[in-house]
Amino acid sequence: MPLLEVSDLRTHFRTDDGIVKAVDGVSFTVDKGQTLGIVGESGCGKSVTCLTIMGLNPKRSSIISGEALFKGSDLLSMSPRQLREIRGDDIAMIFQDPMTSLNPVHTIGRQLIEAVLLHRDVTKKQARARAVELLKAVGIPRAERRVYDYPHQFSGGMRQRVMIAMALINDPDLLIADEPTTALDVTTQAQILRLMKQLQREFGSAIIMITHDLGVVAETADDVVVMYAAKVVERANVDEIFTRPRMPYTWGLIGSLPRLDADVDRLVQIGGQPPSLLNPPRGCRFHTRCPYVMNVCRTEEPRLLPVPGADGHLQACHLDEETKQREAEKLLASTLAEVG
Amino acid sequence: MASRGESGVTSPPPSSETAGFPDRNGGAASGDELLVVENLQKYFPVTRGIIFQKQVGSVKAVDDVSFTVRSGETLGVVGESGCGKSTMARCLLRLLDPTGGRIVFDGRDITKLDRVRMRPIRREMMMIFQDPYASLNPRKRVGFIVAEALEVHKLGTRAEIKKRVQELLHVVGLNPEHYNRFPHEFSGGQRQRIGVARALAVNPKLIVCDEPVSALDVSVQAQILNLLKDLQKEFGLTYIFIAHDLNVVRHISDRVMVMYLGHAVEIATRAQLYAEPKHPYTGSLLSAVPIPNPQLGRERKSVVLEGDVPSPINPPSACWFHPRCPRFREGHCDVETPELRSLGAGHLAACHYPLEGWPLTEEEMRRNGAGAV
Repeated sequence: MPLLEVSDLRTHFRTDDGIVKAVDGVSFTVDKGQTLGIVGESGCGKSVTCLTIMGLNPKRSSIISGEALFKGSDLLSMSPRQLREIRGDDIAMIFQDPMTSLNPVHTIGRQLIEAVLLHRDVTKKQARARAVELLKAVGIPRAERRVYDYPHQFSGGMRQRVMIAMALINDPDLLIADEPTTALDVTTQAQILRLMKQLQREFGSAIIMITHDLGVVAETADDVVVMYAAKVVERANVDEIFTRPRMPYTWGLIGSLPRLDADVDRLVQIGGQPPSLLNPPRGCRFHTRCPYVMNVCRTEEPRLLPVPGADGHLQACHLDEETKQREAEKLLASTLAEVG
Repeated sequence: MASRGESGVTSPPPSSETAGFPDRNGGAASGDELLVVENLQKYFPVTRGIIFQKQVGSVKAVDDVSFTVRSGETLGVVGESGCGKSTMARCLLRLLDPTGGRIVFDGRDITKLDRVRMRPIRREMMMIFQDPYASLNPRKRVGFIVAEALEVHKLGTRAEIKKRVQELLHVVGLNPEHYNRFPHEFSGGQRQRIGVARALAVNPKLIVCDEPVSALDVSVQAQILNLLKDLQKEFGLTYIFIAHDLNVVRHISDRVMVMYLGHAVEIATRAQLYAEPKHPYTGSLLSAVPIPNPQLGRERKSVVLEGDVPSPINPPSACWFHPRCPRFREGHCDVETPELRSLGAGHLAACHYPLEGWPLTEEEMRRNGAGAV
């Protein structure tokens, strides 16, 4: 049984302009100890998916359906009380912005201890010891002293480490990281990614890594879900995605990256803008920007189907296999050229 | 929107190493320099007290930076946040007054020019800003925003200006009929196009791009990068392209300058810098960039720097990089400041023990160079 099994998840928001379908039929699974990368542009619903799983969407304006089975029980139908017990204990989350996700008026020690005391039957002293232990594990020097410091006394990278320590303090089975390194510099990003991998090996947590950076996905994920306009358009393991991508949007994402390992004069560009989720295009949602668009794409929505001959590779596109094979090879030939 | 830059997913033409400027030596003068910067310094005072402000120190945001930019080339500037790259850009345009040094633009020393004398020169150097949401006045129409510089410099009658603005909007891939719209009606990528049109309006020679794509999604980022490249070819523009993303800088630059704590630590052509970096900081930056290729990523040995960038109020002695440097050698690196020196063919680096090859294993990275002090 997978650790987390999300099936046909839909999150719609009621707004003054109408219903925004922020997540529209998303399914994926995460196994124990695995890392799932969710990639897509801003507004494709990757963050909302995870907020929904965590039960953190505004109750009044959101309409949620589908299932999110965590160890066999549905997170979406739990009471707030049950959810509170799971959040921060079995499932933890790291947010994008380390500058705003810590409380500025409490010491980080107090914020870390709070997480322990809520879920464990321990004394304050034991909780503090646990906090220090975690701060050490994430590589904060002089952790015994620094638990008494306030967030503003830490740099961005250090704050993100504190966030990771807080997320891991109760040994969660699942860690959801929403763009954990986007706000950081490359050298700090490398430190944090390395740390997360190392801690994953140590604690055996599963990770959902939400990011727009294909480089980060390639370095950390085992499986990848590509989202576009509230839907999953491709899903495969990380090597498949980068060596045999099967969906024009994924090609666009890979081709539009300027990169260190290839020399291209012009980047592939996906024309236009992502569609509005208030009124998404009929048929395939990518058809308005897709260079391979056919008539059937405008009317009929492609289903997420397995790629023949590739285990666990799903894609949603009407193009025939032969064209896909040819175009993917062409793209890869141009991006995987030797370093100039 | 059927215009250039929006033409859908197109496969790139075969890559060609456009070597535009064969012999680019970092600092030496040789004729076609558009911009020569010598020993540029910008210190910000650190004060204490509310009424009687006493200066207790200074932040050396830019310290002793020298470089040249040739006409028609793109100089990429990379570095982590707080390394002084944006401050340097603002000094070049005289948006900030440099503390010391000299800026020679197109043969004229502009370091000390006053406002009035500076004004005609401002036409020649424009800037594209990072945040497309904050850099356009929300109360003004797009037409006004793009036309403002034309009006300030009195370049044409009203009708001429309007025609020029519509032309510009077309050139950057927007619909000329968007003339009367407000910035909020546009997406991030389109706003950045407006920023580009504004910079182009007065036919500048030099455009300083300060992180122009870091706020954009990858697909839109590719659109803007392609647009900038096309415009450079079409109008013979010179760019100083500031970014923290080494992939982006590699894509767009002819030469690259790496900054650390207000200093230029390495200047080289793109091919040199990415194929054989000399400064250990450049090396560790390169090995920290995630590669969108799982196979290569697994094989690669990366050098992860420890710690954070030190505070520029109290920078480390001698070599600014020595507390984090894998090649640090006591008694030399923390005593003697390395000069930016030539390591052959216009490749400059400020390091006592430059890297001898690339990629290095972690162990080689730690090993000291020639060994001689």
